[in-house]
Amino acid sequence: MSESKIIDACDTYCPGPLMELITYMKQANVGDTLELLSTDEGSAADVPEWIHKVGHEVVSNEKVEGVWHIKVRKAK
Amino acid sequence: MRILVVGGGTGGTILANNLARRLSAEIRARKVRLTMLSASDKHMYQPGLLYVAFGQMSPDQLYRDQASLLEASIDFHVDPVEQFQLDQNQVRTQSGKVHEYDILVIATGSRIVPEEVRGLTEGAETFYTEASAVKMFKRLREFQGGKVAVVVGVPHKCPIAPVEVMFSLHDYFKARGIRDKVTMKYHYPIGRIHTIENVAKWAKPEFDRMGIEYETLFNVKEVDVENNVVKSEEGTETNYDLLIAIPPHRGMEVIEKNNLGQGGWIPTDRFKLTMKGRDNVYVLGDTSNLPVSKTGSAAHFEAEVVAENIASIVKIGAPVRDYDGKVYCFIEAGHERATYAMFNYLNPPDLKPPTKPMHWFKIAYNQMYWTSVRGLL
Ligand SMILES: Cc1cc2nc3c(=O)[nH]c(=O)nc-3n(C[C@H](O)[C@H](O)[C@H](O)COP(=O)(O)OP(=O)(O)OC[C@H]3O[C@@H](n4cnc5c(N)ncnc54)[C@H](O)[C@@H]3O)c2cc1C
Repeated sequence: MSESKIIDACDTYCPGPLMELITYMKQANVGDTLELLSTDEGSAADVPEWIHKVGHEVVSNEKVEGVWHIKVRKAK
Repeated sequence: MRILVVGGGTGGTILANNLARRLSAEIRARKVRLTMLSASDKHMYQPGLLYVAFGQMSPDQLYRDQASLLEASIDFHVDPVEQFQLDQNQVRTQSGKVHEYDILVIATGSRIVPEEVRGLTEGAETFYTEASAVKMFKRLREFQGGKVAVVVGVPHKCPIAPVEVMFSLHDYFKARGIRDKVTMKYHYPIGRIHTIENVAKWAKPEFDRMGIEYETLFNVKEVDVENNVVKSEEGTETNYDLLIAIPPHRGMEVIEKNNLGQGGWIPTDRFKLTMKGRDNVYVLGDTSNLPVSKTGSAAHFEAEVVAENIASIVKIGAPVRDYDGKVYCFIEAGHERATYAMFNYLNPPDLKPPTKPMHWFKIAYNQMYWTSVRGLL
């Protein structure tokens, strides 16, 4: 079953947005879409780098009113 | 008013003692009843496990009787909860008893799940339980040299542990005079050596100075126990003679079985600390899904906020404070020096260079913890 889930990691230093995303990716099923919300400038680059390295998919990556919305799909 | 606390670890104990004091008159007048249900009659000081792994504390030093840590007015039972029936405002325990409540606090903590990574249980040493910390110490004593690899599972409690264990390993091998026979490699899940940017900035030159190698974006996928190779989700691998793992964690099974939260993590309001959708259920410490570190420190500051709010609800009918995400972590920078990180949702930590006095303060805190959980510190 495919589902979309929002992970709100705004204003966090620890465990941090990418670590949060990794946690939820582990729980997700192949095909699920997750949307990470982050106020950390680094996330816009870090998250896609990790997603590509592992072999998942970045669906979209945009900044809306100071918050990065990074949508990813679990591919494997 | 019936207040029920489930879990007698760091968060539950601080909360219950704090509430017992704030509401002592109401409890005496039988207007409030404060009950704690826990899974064990013992309380473990978990941060001490790192010291056990290096032979600096013995396991029996980590325990106190839970009852001895609680205010006498708290009705304490060792009887783990098996069913949370939140629609009926009641829980059912292992012994079959049903406890009704007006306000429920869930603080059941988290557990390691090394079995989620193939080969990790057999292949790696760890220090997140008493037995594994003792076993790791015995392995370290026998170790005469070779490649040490440290890998980090996600999520995990005590986010500082990965760097602390590196510094401790360095000092341990140095003290035994075999540091030059050991290579050390650290593997971390994200693109820098620690999730907190300022910790990463501070630790990198320390690693360089100590000759510790590192690989980032390494999420441990499996351990090939026969060939002593650890492989990452990202497609890389490392050979080792001794593998040490910070295992991945989940919340307690009882949380998942009762459908309170995926992975055992309960969806929690980051300011009010109530379970999402339930105004009379609070969540403390490791078991919340909050994006704050899973530490005793977070559990401590959360417990103080929740205690103040529940006491205010009893006295004036409304909560008075929000949790601001506060965490304070000591960072052992070896066997003789330490620093600390203090931060909240909005302000990142500002790390100071490690000092000896800060290390001795941490050693003192290892004892002060018992005063802290009694709610006195
Ligand atoms: C090696 C190591 C090093 C650490 N170092 C640090 C550090 O330096 N600083 C720091 O701040 N933190 C540190 N921590 C983390 C810290 O110990 C935990 O984050 C903290 O204990 C969490 O508190 P808690 O109240 O959420 O859960 P816990 O303290 O784990 O308590 C959970 C309680 O729930 C009970 N329980 C479980 N299931 C049930 C049930 N079904 N019914 C009733 N009761 C139940 C258990 O018996 C236990 O009493 C470290 C942990 C480890 C393992």
